[in-house]
Amino acid sequence: MKVAIIGIGTTEFGENWDKNLRQLAIEAGTKAIIDAGIRGRDLDAVYLGNMSAGRFVGQEHVAALVSGELGLSIPAIRVEGACASGGLALRQGLFSILSDQHDIILVGGAEKMTDLMTDGVTSSLMGAADQEWEAYYGVTFPSLYAMIARRHMFEFGTTREQMAKVAVKNHHNGSLNPIAQFKKEITVDDVLKSTMVSDPLTLFDCSPITDGAAALILCKAELAKKYVDDPIYIVGSGQASDTLALHDRRSLTTLDATVKAAQGAYKQAGITVKDVDLAEVHDCFTIAEIVATEDLGFCKKGEGGKLLDEKETEIGGRIPVNTSGGLKAVGHPVGATGIKQAVEIVLQLRGKADKRQIKDAKIGLTQNVGGSGATAVVHIFSR
Amino acid sequence: MGHESSVPLFWRLIKTRYQLIGTKCTTCGNVFYPPKYLCPVCRKEGKLEDIKLKKTGKILTFSIVRSAPSGFEKEAPYPVAIIQLDDGPKLTSQIVDWKEKDLKIGRRVEACFRRIYTDGKEGIINYGLKFRPI
Repeated sequence: MKVAIIGIGTTEFGENWDKNLRQLAIEAGTKAIIDAGIRGRDLDAVYLGNMSAGRFVGQEHVAALVSGELGLSIPAIRVEGACASGGLALRQGLFSILSDQHDIILVGGAEKMTDLMTDGVTSSLMGAADQEWEAYYGVTFPSLYAMIARRHMFEFGTTREQMAKVAVKNHHNGSLNPIAQFKKEITVDDVLKSTMVSDPLTLFDCSPITDGAAALILCKAELAKKYVDDPIYIVGSGQASDTLALHDRRSLTTLDATVKAAQGAYKQAGITVKDVDLAEVHDCFTIAEIVATEDLGFCKKGEGGKLLDEKETEIGGRIPVNTSGGLKAVGHPVGATGIKQAVEIVLQLRGKADKRQIKDAKIGLTQNVGGSGATAVVHIFSR
Repeated sequence: MGHESSVPLFWRLIKTRYQLIGTKCTTCGNVFYPPKYLCPVCRKEGKLEDIKLKKTGKILTFSIVRSAPSGFEKEAPYPVAIIQLDDGPKLTSQIVDWKEKDLKIGRRVEACFRRIYTDGKEGIINYGLKFRPI
């Protein structure tokens, strides 16, 4: 499997109070079109990852909204899988090219979250969990991940300091990323002493509420060199599901959907985990990055915390994770995140990641999760 | 939950929520709570029947919600937990009548009937089971 990425674009991530959903989506999309050196009329379709515009800004039907704003009458499809919406849109876009339906497409992700008050955002995000059997009882996303964290600490001896190190690392990386919502370095102490949100997770363990959009131009591999000299190829894609409710799962400390999605993606790409040079993983909470590094096979189960102690996931480490700053520092506009992850990997593989650049990066991976792990999608990228 | 919903959304689950009635698949013997409408193990070969579950179980993991969603603002901070019932199934609920020492993995708990939250403008009061240490 081989599909080319020939263009990338993102907005700044943050509280973009002066921009609405359509502006964000158009800005990212236009940047990607210009980056690819194509014209809008070259596009055959638009795939848009968006989780909850209906609840965040009262707008549904957002894929047609975006294609309409672009002045295009091509097929436009919204893809929803909670916080994995972006990753799923990418996968659906891939399929449309692999099935010879389209030659060149725009795959975007966009979310406008800050038009709601915080309790409204918290409630809306709970739509990604089981409404009748989790949200009904007052559970929130921080508390679901806090329960994963508590259990991980119990089973494997993972510490609060190790979780804090995820935030410290990702804030450092974010300080090097011009689009990041947070560009300020923090310390382990800052994390441990910040406001408790849901024990044991503090404010600095949580990704923020963010507005933002990101976009990719995908095309058939054989057409790529017609447009750009340095196409990046998607060579593997895997997706899996699990029960919506965390309590229904086989394990509270492994996301089986991630394990399965990764296996599928590695197999399709014809690589093993050892071939991966860097990864963008779904660190919606610090514990999520620890669990992801284990589930993707970067270390043994239970040793995700140790990876941080040994600095293996830092820029310059054995397997750098979230060089962009991750969801934690770049921000987490839910539907846009999966596409933003791909944008970072493309920058790295092009050798254009500036101060965040991983030397000689050849193979990158993205892992995008919906909810507390009911959806997982993994992509593998190659130069 | 932030809904402004009509009552059937809540009332249709009263039996199972209030009385801890789950389902048992007579083909594979698995017990489910919350109840399933299709046995996820046997699927079309499965046959589900209602089963009243014992009220007791243990805490598998927990947290304390300090930043509450709409409808729960006045309750925070409150502990939530994933509880494994003695009959096997796992569920999510709140812990009540607790002291600091009760919030630990493995703590024995039992279900008790409580108000959960009040929904939207109509003020529908939603009830259900929370769990207290035993």
